[in-house]
Amino acid sequence: MNSGLDYFGESHHILRQTVAKFVEREIKPHVDEWEEAGEFPRDLYRKAAEVGLLGVAYPEEWSGFPSDIFHEVVVNEELTRCGSGGLAAGLMSHAIALPPILAMGTQEQKERFIPPVLRGEKIAALGITEPGGGSDVGNVKTRAVRDGDHYVVSGSKTMITSGTRADLVTMAVRTGGKGHREISLLVVETDSPGFSVSKKLKKMGWWASDTAELALDEVRVPVANRLGEEGAGFYGIMHNFRKERLYLSLMANITAQMALEESVKYARVREAFGKPLTGFQVTRHKLVDMATLVEISREFTYRVAAKIGAGMNAVKEISMAKIFSAEVCDRVCHHAVQIHGGYGFMREYLVERLYRDSRILSIGGGTTEIMKEVISKIIL
Amino acid sequence: MDIVVLVKQVPNTTEVRIDPKTGNLIREGVESIINPEDRHALEAALQIRDNTGGKVTVLSMGPPQAIDGICEALAMGADRGILLSDRIFAGADTWATSTTLGRAIRKIEQFDLVLAGRQAVDGDTAQIGPQVAEYLGIPQLTYVQKLEVREGAVIAERALEDGCEHIEAPTPVLVTVLSSLNEPRYPTVAGLIDSTRPRAPIEIWNGADLGVKAYEVGLAGSLTQVVKTFTPKGARNTQYLEGSPAAVAAQLIDALRKKEIRLGE
Repeated sequence: MNSGLDYFGESHHILRQTVAKFVEREIKPHVDEWEEAGEFPRDLYRKAAEVGLLGVAYPEEWSGFPSDIFHEVVVNEELTRCGSGGLAAGLMSHAIALPPILAMGTQEQKERFIPPVLRGEKIAALGITEPGGGSDVGNVKTRAVRDGDHYVVSGSKTMITSGTRADLVTMAVRTGGKGHREISLLVVETDSPGFSVSKKLKKMGWWASDTAELALDEVRVPVANRLGEEGAGFYGIMHNFRKERLYLSLMANITAQMALEESVKYARVREAFGKPLTGFQVTRHKLVDMATLVEISREFTYRVAAKIGAGMNAVKEISMAKIFSAEVCDRVCHHAVQIHGGYGFMREYLVERLYRDSRILSIGGGTTEIMKEVISKIIL
Repeated sequence: MDIVVLVKQVPNTTEVRIDPKTGNLIREGVESIINPEDRHALEAALQIRDNTGGKVTVLSMGPPQAIDGICEALAMGADRGILLSDRIFAGADTWATSTTLGRAIRKIEQFDLVLAGRQAVDGDTAQIGPQVAEYLGIPQLTYVQKLEVREGAVIAERALEDGCEHIEAPTPVLVTVLSSLNEPRYPTVAGLIDSTRPRAPIEIWNGADLGVKAYEVGLAGSLTQVVKTFTPKGARNTQYLEGSPAAVAAQLIDALRKKEIRLGE
């Protein structure tokens, strides 16, 4: 930290420049094409790994440098700046899939699963949501029945980011009877017999990320792939959510920020009734309202990030940040499209995509309603 | 193989703007980067080092902020960085710059290969590489688009206007490269952060370290002096000729004759 005002120091600045350059050269020129194609080349993981982007937030032996929470903030923000939320989510799907391995895994599991992903050789996904429920984590139905030194896993998962080509899925399964104390986390290797991608899902937004429905038909997973104790999965998942919610809040802020920037740019040059849109008080005030929301949301999210970085629990605060930032993002993107008029409805304008990409942010990683339930349990 | 790579910090634009009043380059607001072709030279050096072993030293001359380029080169994988920085080096033309770089390479002593970009995007002279080779009294291979190293020699493919030339030269040798040679790697984040630490292998040498006299280097040591820099006025006076092809041709010939442009003689 440079001063009391700044969460970012020199190493954050260097990282920001590096990611920004990478985005400018390797992603932006192709992003429209990848959005339409519904995925980006697998090779991008390797390229991102070579620069060192995937290893941020991991121990120095794998990442090469000591990092803190604001290094993660920087990577998230600058990747989101590519203008495709889907690309950022897909390229960084390991950011939600690996932390449970890091937190709960044995040294052997960490060595086996983490480095190949950080080198960009393997893709990791997180598998919680099922066709019958997502936010209701305690109600996971995919069953894992112990058979010697294996679990036999059957069930299905859906809306899994990076699901169509993941090599390993950190998966929530039921290893006992009812209730959240019977949920365990397994690392499922997708080349196991019985594992299949049943569908690649079409989505409203996040087009460049591949999202899948997965089917597991008596997939044999070694007990050695279980993270932590049997039944410890629920708490592992809950712990993981905190970071995921932070990432989604950051993403919401940058998405809104970009919608604002695009709107300011457009309002300056677009003329109506003989003067630019910025010549109308109604537009100026709208832009100010958008800017105010974005600023407040970002500052609050940074504060929450600092608390998480300092080891504080901050569950209430991160839930609030997620509700607020996602709502701000929806509202700012809505106004951005409105300011753009008919062009805002056209595919070739960035705000059209930002508007669609914004919608998932108050749903994924725990819906706004679940966030409110979490907060109510703390404050009431 | 021990390699010295010459790199220059340049403004990040191939269209350098000139202040119409002062005639100087406008550098404010323009980010500094490693000269694009120098990155290819560095990449070539790193690949050779990775295959054959040895050490890559990056050498740059410039104001203190040129250290950023050296940091970036270290983050790409260079082993050592040397910045030549001293007020007496300022205002150097290509002759004085080559003299300074040449002295520094002699001080480095141990080298088999000197690599440089063909030219810098801000000056476009393409003189530094050849002049450094002359200063050192070693062979030079310019405009190289393919490079192979052997024991005690390099084999290069030079791009010429109407084809290419395969040529071999004994080491030590200086090679200037084109961007078609390779695809430069990115600096790694870990490397960039390492390069800003106090223990980073960067040295800064001044005039005294090189043992040069003030009159040998910088503006005083330059054989050429810039009298004036200006942007040529690009205004055109377009005249449209209309009518049948024969009439247009006749009008065109008349117009050329009026301007005393002689045709086909």
